[in-house]
Amino acid sequence: MDNADANPVMHDAHDSVYDGLLVNDAHWAFGTDFEDPLAGVDTTIPDGMDPHELATYCLMLGDDALVLSQRLSEWCSRAPDLEEDIALTNIALDLLGQARLLLARAAAADPHVVPSLPDGSAVPAEDALAFFRSAQEFRNVRLVEAPNGDFAETIARLLVFSTYRLAIFERLSESSDVVLAAVAAKGVKELTYHRDFAGRWFVTLAQGTAESRRRLEAGLAEVWPMRAELFETHPVEARVGIDPAKVADDVEVILEQVFAVSGLARPDVAPMAGVRARKGRDGMHTEAMSRLVAELQVVAREHPMGTW
Amino acid sequence: MQTTMRSLLDKAREVAATVTDPELPMLTLEDLGLLREVAVLDDSRVEVTITPTYSGCPAMATMRDDLVARLHESGFADVSVKISLHPAWTTDWISDTGKEVLARHGISPPGPAPYRSTRTVLSLLPTRRVVRCPQCGSDDVALTSEFGSTACKAMYRCRACLEPFDHIKEI
Repeated sequence: MDNADANPVMHDAHDSVYDGLLVNDAHWAFGTDFEDPLAGVDTTIPDGMDPHELATYCLMLGDDALVLSQRLSEWCSRAPDLEEDIALTNIALDLLGQARLLLARAAAADPHVVPSLPDGSAVPAEDALAFFRSAQEFRNVRLVEAPNGDFAETIARLLVFSTYRLAIFERLSESSDVVLAAVAAKGVKELTYHRDFAGRWFVTLAQGTAESRRRLEAGLAEVWPMRAELFETHPVEARVGIDPAKVADDVEVILEQVFAVSGLARPDVAPMAGVRARKGRDGMHTEAMSRLVAELQVVAREHPMGTW
Repeated sequence: MQTTMRSLLDKAREVAATVTDPELPMLTLEDLGLLREVAVLDDSRVEVTITPTYSGCPAMATMRDDLVARLHESGFADVSVKISLHPAWTTDWISDTGKEVLARHGISPPGPAPYRSTRTVLSLLPTRRVVRCPQCGSDDVALTSEFGSTACKAMYRCRACLEPFDHIKEI
């Protein structure tokens, strides 16, 4: 029996979580719609900027965000308490949003950076970049790919990373590429919360119990060797983006404030070497990266023709 | 012709202004300041411009679908939604009505967004805000977490009535 006429009440699209399942796949849950996050945005490349280099730079910043987002997501349902669980996954979501915009910007600047997929595949460019590149095609710094360790180590990494990224984004908001400038200006607001969160927890753990301080010192010692790489200039960064060597002093000033309040000394550890001078920005990663990428990509790679 | 376009534009704006936020359904996108522009082009195509609140806000796709659906229902056949990234959304764009509606629904509205110099100052102490409990009005409240159920909210607890509540954090 067709009971459509028997029920003249019009239901709002959000009345029931199941309504969306029946009428519109895009509604079954928020965030499953993978349409272009740069829809309608002018993606013209500024005069004098090399499209491939711009794309490569966007991959560097986008991959930093994507990979740390993946790591932070591993805390979901495992954090020390509910508030921190929500905080870490909120931060992961912000970074995922930044990654989407940057990967989409990379694809728009130079479509050649996007892996090719079978004819008829509906996978959009930003997803092809996230799910169909091999580990050595990722341009993230090695700091973000290292395993989480415990909560203290995660906080130590987040402090170093968000301080570095905020310093880069503050300057990048003046980029001649209007898309990068807009992504950075928006990111600054988000990263401010991330850095404050990490800084406050860093102080709390340093001044908490003997055990929390011991764990923070141990975590920091794991993170610290990967810090120097952040400020080593890759030629692409110097040409189309922000030269990270130029933010090193500003980052140092912020970290010094946190160390001073924490009463903690900088770890005396050597920087992690590259392989024949190649590091994360050149696609040379640690073993942890291949496992992370495998987990990140397994479902998408099983279904290259899938629509989500 | 001019008047037809004008009335079409007024109608499109009116319709777009009724679309609500999927996470805060008591608020329209207009009250939130997400709805940046509604334009009717020469070929009667409607172009709506919205701006994301947070880079990863997962409700953006739903907002866009809702705008398109609502305008279709009102007879606009050809609707497109553009994303505007610049200038970045700020809580200062939430209208006074929007702030009143938030408070009425138990969500503490944002105060003025922080002034930003070119270099952001590190803050190692809990964010100081003038926040009132939306349940009992007391200002004896404590921050539970800077991060809440959605990217745009912080969690508070009222020390007077002991109720927890959300606060839209200033960005």
